[in-house]
Amino acid sequence: MGQIELQKVTKRFGETEVIPPLDLKIGEGEFVVFVGPSGCGKSTLLRLIAGLEDISSGKILIDGQDATNLGPAKRGLAMVFQSYALYPHMSVRKNIAFPLKMAGMDQAAIDAKVEGAAKVLNLASYLDRRPGQLSGGQRQRVAIGRAIVREPAAFLFDEPLSNLDAALRVNMRLEITELHQNLKTTMVYVTHDQVEAMTMADKIVVLQAGRIEQVGTPLELYRAPRNTFVAGFIGSPKMNLLTGAPAQAKGATTIGIRPEHLDVSKESGDWQGKVLVAEHLGSDTFLHVATDYGQMTVRVSGEMSVGHGDSIWMTPDQTHLHRFGADGLRIA
Amino acid sequence: MARSITTKRKTINTAFAWAVGLLIFFPILWTILTSFKTEADAIAFPPKFLFFDWTLENYAVVQERSDYMRFLWNSIIIAGGSTLLGIIIAIPAAWSMAFVPSRRTKDILMWMLSTKMLPAVGVLYPMYLIFIKLGWLDTRIGLVIVLMLINLPIIIWMLYTYFKEIPGEILEAARMDGASLKSEILYVLTPMAVPGIASTILLNVILAWNEAFWTLNLTAANAAPLTAFIASYSSPEGLFYAKLSAASTMAIAPILIMGWFSQKQLVRGLTFGAVK
Amino acid sequence: MATKASRTAARIMMAPAVILLLGWMLVPLIMTLWFSFRNYLPLRGGDLGFAGFDNYVRFVTSSAFWPAVMATMIIVVGTLVITVVLGVLLALLLDQPMWGQGIVRILVIAPFFVMPTVSGLVWKNMFLDSVNGLFAHIARFIGATPVEWMIEAPFFSIILIVSWQWLPFATLILLTAIQSLDSEQLEAAEIDGAPKIKRFWYIIVPHLGRAITVVILIQTIFLLSIFAEIYVTTAGAFGSKTLTYLIFQRVLESQNVGLGSAGGVYAIILANIVAIFLMRIVGKNLDS
Repeated sequence: MGQIELQKVTKRFGETEVIPPLDLKIGEGEFVVFVGPSGCGKSTLLRLIAGLEDISSGKILIDGQDATNLGPAKRGLAMVFQSYALYPHMSVRKNIAFPLKMAGMDQAAIDAKVEGAAKVLNLASYLDRRPGQLSGGQRQRVAIGRAIVREPAAFLFDEPLSNLDAALRVNMRLEITELHQNLKTTMVYVTHDQVEAMTMADKIVVLQAGRIEQVGTPLELYRAPRNTFVAGFIGSPKMNLLTGAPAQAKGATTIGIRPEHLDVSKESGDWQGKVLVAEHLGSDTFLHVATDYGQMTVRVSGEMSVGHGDSIWMTPDQTHLHRFGADGLRIA
Repeated sequence: MARSITTKRKTINTAFAWAVGLLIFFPILWTILTSFKTEADAIAFPPKFLFFDWTLENYAVVQERSDYMRFLWNSIIIAGGSTLLGIIIAIPAAWSMAFVPSRRTKDILMWMLSTKMLPAVGVLYPMYLIFIKLGWLDTRIGLVIVLMLINLPIIIWMLYTYFKEIPGEILEAARMDGASLKSEILYVLTPMAVPGIASTILLNVILAWNEAFWTLNLTAANAAPLTAFIASYSSPEGLFYAKLSAASTMAIAPILIMGWFSQKQLVRGLTFGAVK
Repeated sequence: MATKASRTAARIMMAPAVILLLGWMLVPLIMTLWFSFRNYLPLRGGDLGFAGFDNYVRFVTSSAFWPAVMATMIIVVGTLVITVVLGVLLALLLDQPMWGQGIVRILVIAPFFVMPTVSGLVWKNMFLDSVNGLFAHIARFIGATPVEWMIEAPFFSIILIVSWQWLPFATLILLTAIQSLDSEQLEAAEIDGAPKIKRFWYIIVPHLGRAITVVILIQTIFLLSIFAEIYVTTAGAFGSKTLTYLIFQRVLESQNVGLGSAGGVYAIILANIVAIFLMRIVGKNLDS
C-alpha cells in the first residue's frame, strides 16, 4: 500500500502553466522529498496529490487505482500542514479523533487509537488541552498524531517544520525520520530546505518552475547533479560554478567544484585568490575568496589560520570536478 | 497607550464621559422613570425626578388596553425567526464566498448589499398584492420572510467577514481527514465562527425587532409586533405621558436587556464586521 | 485555489441566497415598473388602462416633489454630519482612560436598541411638546417662550431624533477604529514635535477614513428610507415630507398606485445613484 503515480500531470491557473506535463512514480514505503526554491510548484504538486486542487490534465494513480477524480476525503491520504491546521475549538483528543469520527468508527476503538497515538508521540498528558495551550513542537506532534491514526496509504507533509525554531526543527526532523522507519508508510515531504531533503529522504525530487530537474537518492544528487541548477541547489555551502578560461581548459562551458573538494595552499596551486571573509565555525572554516573567475567558497580545516586580505591558492580535486555543457547539462 | 496618566486627568475624563453618557441615555432613563409616575406627576412643573409617588398602574392600564403579550410574542417570532432563517441560508453562501472566491465574488457581495438600497416604499404596493395573493397579509410567516430578505445581505456580509478570518488550511485539513462538506461546515467552520455568528444573530435580531416599515404596513391585528403596538400611541394617547412611557418601556425592555447582557458580542456585531 | 468539485458545491450553496435576493429585487421591481405606466386607482375604478409617462410627469411636476427631495437630502446629510462629527469626538473621549468605561459605553450605545416608533413618540411628546415637554419646561425656567418644535423646526426635530438613534453606531465604529491605531505612531509624532491638534488632524483623522466611509455607507442605506420617525411625529406635515413619505401617501392615502409607483421608480433611481457612488468608495476600501 502506498504507491503513487503521476502520469503527464499538468496544472494551469488561468493562462499560467504552473506544472508542465510531469511524470513521477513514488514507490511503496518510500520517503520522497520535493525540494526547490519558493514558487517552484512543489506545494502545488503536493496539493494535486492530496486532491485539494484539480489537475488540469493527466492522471493520478494511488495503489494502481485512478484517483484523478476522487475528492481529498476519498484518497486515503493524510496531510500535515505548514500551519498545523489544528481545530482550535477541539481538545487534542478530539483533534486526533476527528478523522476516525468522520470515518464512522465506534467510540471505544477511537479511544484506543487516540491513546496509542498519544503514547507514541508523547502527548498523553496533553490530551485534554486545547491546541492554543500547546507549544509549537507539541502542536506539530498533534498534527502528526491526527495523520497517523487514520493509517493512511501515504503521508503528505507541507513544509511542516518551517514554523519551528532551529533547535526544535532538528529534533522534529529526527522524530519524523524515526516515525518513517517504524511505520514504513510512504511519505511525501515538501521543503525548500535542502538540508532537510538530504537528511530525511530516500529519494529527492528537485523541482524548478514546475519541472522535475532530477530525481535520485541524496548521494546521487550530491555526487552527480544532472545540471547546473541541481548542482547549485544541493549541498551546503553551495557548489562553486565557474565559467570562462578554467572551464574551457576542461572542455566544458561550466565547471563545478564543491567547497569541500578544493585544496588550499598559501604557496601554490591552480587558481589564485584573495580572502574576503573567513567564517570560523570551529571544526571548519569557510573562506569566501575573490578570484579572477568570480567569488568562490572553500571549506578548510578549522586549524588553518587565514583571514581577510590573505592571498591563497586553490587546487580542485579532479575526481570531484563536475563538467557542464552549454545547455547546462552534465557532461559524463 | 502604555503611559501612566495622572489621577487628576483621569478624574476629569471620567466626569466628562459620564456626563455625556448620561445625557445620551437620559431620554431612555426619563421614559422609564415617567412610566412609574401618575399622569399628574408626569407633566408636573417643575419636573419631578425621583421624588414622586411610584406606581405600577400605567403598566396595568397599558396591558388592559392592548394585549402586550401578544405583540411581544409576535416580535419574538418575527425577529427570531427571520434571523435564524437568514443565518441558515447565509452560512453556506458565506462559506462559498469566503473559501471558494472567484472573480465575481466581490461583485455578487456588492450586488447583495445594493438590494438593501432598494427603497421599500418603491415596492410597497406590489408587496401588498403579492402578500394578498399568498395569503400572507397580517401573518407572522409573511413578516418573517420579508424581514429575512431585508437582512439577508447584512447577515451574509457579516458572516463573510468573520469566515474570512478563519484560515482555509483548517478546512482543508478537515477535508483531508475525510469530512464531507456538510461535516466540514457543521463540525469545523461553524464552531470556530461561533463568536462571529453570535454577533451576527444579535445585531440582526435588533434590526428586525426595530424594523418599522414593513411591520407597520403589512400587519393589522394578528401579526402586529411591538413597533405597531407603540405606533398606536401616536395620538391622542401620546398625551398621556405616563402610559406612553409604560408602553415604550415595555416595547424596548426586552432588546435593552438582551443588548446589555451580550454587550461584548453585540459591540463586535454593531460594527457590521466592517471594522476590526 | 480550489477544485472543480468545491466550486460546484460553492455555486450550489450560494444559489438559495442569490435566487431569493434576485426574486426579492426583481418581482416587486417589475410590478412597480408596470404599475407606473398604468392609470391605476384601486378605490376609483381600478386599472383604467395605459397611462404612458403621465404618472412620471405628474409626479415630478407636482408641487410636493422637489420639497420632498430636498427634505430627504436635508435629513440624510444633516444626520450624517452630526453623527460623524459627534461620533469622532465621543470616540476620542471614550478612548481616554477613565473609571467605569464599560458602563459609559453601555449608556452611549443604548439609543441603538430603541425602536424608531418609540424614539419618535418619546421625543415628540415628552421632550419637544410645547406645553408639557421637557424642553418647554426648560424654556420657561430660563424665561424664554416655549417653541413648537415640530411645527416651527421640523427638520431640526427629526434630525435630532434620528441622530440620537444613530450616534451610538457611529461612535462604536469610530471607537473600534481608534483603538486599532498603533500608539507608536502617535508617540513618534509627539517626539517629532507635532502638537495635539496636528496629531489629531494628520494621524487620527486619516486613520479613521475607512471607518468613516463605513459609517456613511451603512447609515445612508438606513437613513434614505426612514419612515417610522416621520410617521409617528409630523406625519409628513410642516414641510418634513421626505420622498419615502410622499410616495407612501400617494399609494396608501390617495390610493393612486400608478402615481405612487412612478414615484417609487424615481426613488429607486435616486437610491441607485447614491448606491453606485457609495459602492465605488467601499469597493476601493475593501481591497485595501
